[in-house]
Amino acid sequence: MKRIYMDYAATAPLCDEALKVMIPLMQTDFGNPTSLHSFGRDGIKAVDSARADIAEIIGAKSNEIYFTSGGTESDNWAIKGIARANRKKGNHIISTPIEHHAVIESLKMLEQEGFEVTYLPVDEYGNVDVNDLLAAITPKTILVSVMTANNEIGTIEPIEKIGAICREKKIYFHTDAVQAMGAVKFDVNAMNIDLLSMSAHKFYGPKGVGVLYIRNGVRIDKFMSGGEQERNKRAGTINAPGIAGTAIALKSAYENFEEKNAKLIKLRDHMISRIQNEIPYVKLNGAVKNRLPNNINFSFKYIEGESILFNLDLAGIAVSSGSACSSGSLDPSHVLLAIGLPHEIAHGSIRFTLGRSTTLEDVDYVVDTLKTIIEKLRKMSPLYPAK
Amino acid sequence: MYNQKVIDTFSNPKNVGELPDANGIGMVGSAECGDIMKIYLKIENDVIVDCKFQTFGCAAAIASSSVATEMLKGMTVEQALKLTNKQVVEELEGLPPQKIHCSVLAEEAIKAAIEDYKSKNNK
Repeated sequence: MKRIYMDYAATAPLCDEALKVMIPLMQTDFGNPTSLHSFGRDGIKAVDSARADIAEIIGAKSNEIYFTSGGTESDNWAIKGIARANRKKGNHIISTPIEHHAVIESLKMLEQEGFEVTYLPVDEYGNVDVNDLLAAITPKTILVSVMTANNEIGTIEPIEKIGAICREKKIYFHTDAVQAMGAVKFDVNAMNIDLLSMSAHKFYGPKGVGVLYIRNGVRIDKFMSGGEQERNKRAGTINAPGIAGTAIALKSAYENFEEKNAKLIKLRDHMISRIQNEIPYVKLNGAVKNRLPNNINFSFKYIEGESILFNLDLAGIAVSSGSACSSGSLDPSHVLLAIGLPHEIAHGSIRFTLGRSTTLEDVDYVVDTLKTIIEKLRKMSPLYPAK
Repeated sequence: MYNQKVIDTFSNPKNVGELPDANGIGMVGSAECGDIMKIYLKIENDVIVDCKFQTFGCAAAIASSSVATEMLKGMTVEQALKLTNKQVVEELEGLPPQKIHCSVLAEEAIKAAIEDYKSKNNK
């Protein structure tokens, strides 16, 4: 059976360039990068150059790039590390209700430790209003954490404006850029970003590697104890192959950046307009314009997302859903609820995320298949009015 | 996550739709929770002669509805009242733990449909 992958926001395959640099670092140049002998020096050379490459891409310095085990660790470290190191200054943090769970759960843990968190409201498209941020800032605010782009609905937040406000008010600004790398250009100085989280496998790098950019001078607790790696802030044997693969994947993500995004936007908009024109009772979730080039998220009314997902899966199409049934909890996606969707409409949502190998034929095939599935499931639904 | 029997049942569910001459209809669940099951029964001389369903829900809910309606056909009202969610799960050769409530919904929908029949027929 033909298989079509439309879940690139969950993960992407490793690109050839990354694999090519990783293999020798796992076999011939396998030394521990902190070892003093020649084997170790082979490893550290690759890590140093990767660090410099990543720094250059976001306009940072090499010594501001820290490697972690992934986006989740980067978010956990940024949030908890800043909060705990700056507690004397204040105990107030500002964020949004649509952050990734890595941020939200970290904030919940801090709330139990006595921190106070303000979750800025978002509008029906998932946009944060900077006036709400201005109103939420208190003398005790030590950190603002707002994602660059939302992983479920693709909305891109006004992080430049948020950064400027934070700089003026002397508050640290963290952005979870996990979904935005390769889709949004970053300059941490121009954008006044103090901390930025990335995850390599989202931009065709290896799984198990993350990056946290930490601006020099920012007070942050160390995250892992047990070694002096990463400037004595994050212990653990340096993952040289993963790090080298990450850097080359990121470089390649920003090559022909405009062209690649333009291609995705064309496919995305084609898919959105076909679904809107050919399937009744649908709702596009997320921003219309300021949206990740590869993200499409729809609610299909009167039916439930998991059953759409499995029907697509049986047809060889891989997507994800914001329904409760696919997550194991009773509530549908916190993001869809935050943008004001009623539960029953949130339950019927599907996210399609496109990637480098997605073609126009793929998109058309998926929409054609989807039409049949939606019709079949609606015929089964006691809620469907148009019988 | 789902076994082959659940997948097969879900991809080709039996007894889907409305039953125009039903004399017992039960609807349980809520859209808010993501699960609604509606069961239509046609009962003659205390025996279920036909049965259909409409379900808003996940794959497990649709598969549970399908096997439950299959099992009901030919049962007496008393037998149908004794049908448990466990039997539905057994018929499906198992459901993941977080999906057991879908089989409970089927049991509840059957009971609601029979109650409806009984109240309409003063039984």
